[in-house]
Amino acid sequence: MSSITADELEPFIEETAVEHRRGFRHRWYRTPSFVAGVVILGIVVLAALAAPLITKYNPTSQDLLSTLQGPSARHWLGTDDLGRDVWSRLVYGARTDLRVAFLAVVLPFIIGTVLGLLAGYYGGLTDTFASFFVNIVVAFPFYVLIIALVFALGSGTRNIYIAITIVGWVSYTRIIRGEVLVAKRRDYVLAAKSGGLSDFRILFRHLLPNVITQAVIFACSDIVLDILAIVTLGYLGLGVQPPTPDWGNMIASGQTYLTTHWQLSTFPGIAVVFTALGLSLLADGLADLLRPE
Amino acid sequence: MTREPLVKVRDLRVEFQLARGTVHAVDGVSFDVEPGEAFGLVGESGSGKTVTLRALVGLLPRGAKLTGGTIEIDGVDVTAADEDTQRHLRGTTVSMIFQEPMTALNPVMRVGDQIAEEPLVRLGMSRSAARARAIELMALVGIPDPRRRAQAYPHELSGGLRQRVMIAIALSGDPKLVLCDEPTTALDVTIQDQILKLLRKLQHELDVSLVFVSHDLAVIAQTCRRLAVMYAGQVVESGAVEQVFREPRHPYTLGLLRAVPDFEVVRERLASIPGSPPDLAAPPAGCRFHPRCRFVQEDCLAIPVELERLDAGREVRCLHHDQTAADVEREPVIVDA
Repeated sequence: MSSITADELEPFIEETAVEHRRGFRHRWYRTPSFVAGVVILGIVVLAALAAPLITKYNPTSQDLLSTLQGPSARHWLGTDDLGRDVWSRLVYGARTDLRVAFLAVVLPFIIGTVLGLLAGYYGGLTDTFASFFVNIVVAFPFYVLIIALVFALGSGTRNIYIAITIVGWVSYTRIIRGEVLVAKRRDYVLAAKSGGLSDFRILFRHLLPNVITQAVIFACSDIVLDILAIVTLGYLGLGVQPPTPDWGNMIASGQTYLTTHWQLSTFPGIAVVFTALGLSLLADGLADLLRPE
Repeated sequence: MTREPLVKVRDLRVEFQLARGTVHAVDGVSFDVEPGEAFGLVGESGSGKTVTLRALVGLLPRGAKLTGGTIEIDGVDVTAADEDTQRHLRGTTVSMIFQEPMTALNPVMRVGDQIAEEPLVRLGMSRSAARARAIELMALVGIPDPRRRAQAYPHELSGGLRQRVMIAIALSGDPKLVLCDEPTTALDVTIQDQILKLLRKLQHELDVSLVFVSHDLAVIAQTCRRLAVMYAGQVVESGAVEQVFREPRHPYTLGLLRAVPDFEVVRERLASIPGSPPDLAAPPAGCRFHPRCRFVQEDCLAIPVELERLDAGREVRCLHHDQTAADVEREPVIVDA
């Protein structure tokens, strides 16, 4: 009938298929929440990285002759009760809190993901065992367990990592386990098995890239949770120890002067909200972008 | 028929334990596949053909249990082998082509990497050699511009190319036997034809054996030399494709052949087989096909019917196969010749 063969048509069919399913590279800038999240978080991260360049004072050096000053040209956000520059402490505080929050996510992410993969893939006893520990941790409210653990271990950044890891891995295990339970029934897993590949290879080369998305998205909101936890611990005096600048400490110590010098607590508070907003938007945008076709 | 068979299946039995009873999905199936031969397994959904195929590769569906029989592939009894030996056979001796290439390819892995995986992991090639092998295989299965296509993800390819990628993966471990589970069902007819021609070409060029599972008689006719027709977990008829199609001896085979639309003779309506496949948890007594059979007689209900050997390589499971023969005599299935 027609002189065009199916072979010749294939490239055209393909181009339209590709057009329909443009990848991450072509879509990210059209996702508003992702762009907003990147911009907001970018500002915070840049400020933290460029801290020595955009501040005039050492965040820990005291100036007892000029305590509790209001915002001025010399001290943009004023000084605290020990005469330390609030702007400097705010910017250096971002360094501390972002670093602690990020590191506090990495370990639970890795541990939780691996356990979730194993529990979901092998099922049976492995799953029963993993789920048992998940349920124990889940039975406690997040903050109660974190505070109890830090209280038992003693304050300080290292113990914050340990406490958050002990509590945090469960969410990743639950997410990944659920995803694997669905994904392992897919034909590509059967195809990999029929190729005689090892379980290890199927788990980490074939399943992991397919299920990791949800965990990455959750990690973004988990960082928010961790920042809040760190700030809360700081506020309770269990977190990052003074004089290291930290938003939680700043809010807590500024509280005494709230009626007269509101800026002491308010600006670190705004910084917490701003950063959390950026991460939440980023997580939201990522969820939109990485959602499988 | 001089060479020793590559695959020897003897009295294979697979059961599913369900709440309402034991389902005999595969019930005493036997067949041989010669080296370099294409063998077809035909039957409707639930006839046990796919389960038989999965048993060959040692990956039965969840809940299924091998309860009897032996499967010998390349001299190794798969049913008696441990998990390690079985895994060792997969990919490099037996490989599989799936029905739906979109779901059988890993969506987040470049197709080139998926084809290179077997040579890299199983054949111990270096990374660059495996990549070169992948591109070579892509060219072999007729993928144009393989170097560029190797970088693509499955969703970026059309259905026909995806199935070609699937075939390249199946061939990547240099197998002796490729199991094809309805490899063309998900494709449209023009592409289907290309893929079948490609499989035949590869079968001859590479001297691999194919086991073809399909409900589509046309597909089997186009690709296979011998076939077995399955019904309710049993082989009801087997023989050379030409012979079975021209002179079917089982009423079920006849029903299947009569149900194929024919462009030459326009009928009022297509012939169909009345009724539906039996519940395998409680199969009918006697001949399993008797509730749907046109030629059913008293003795069909009494005792299970055994496979009867007609000539060399020709078997049928029917007490009254002369009835079917007479019917074909009156109205031939294949009119040409």
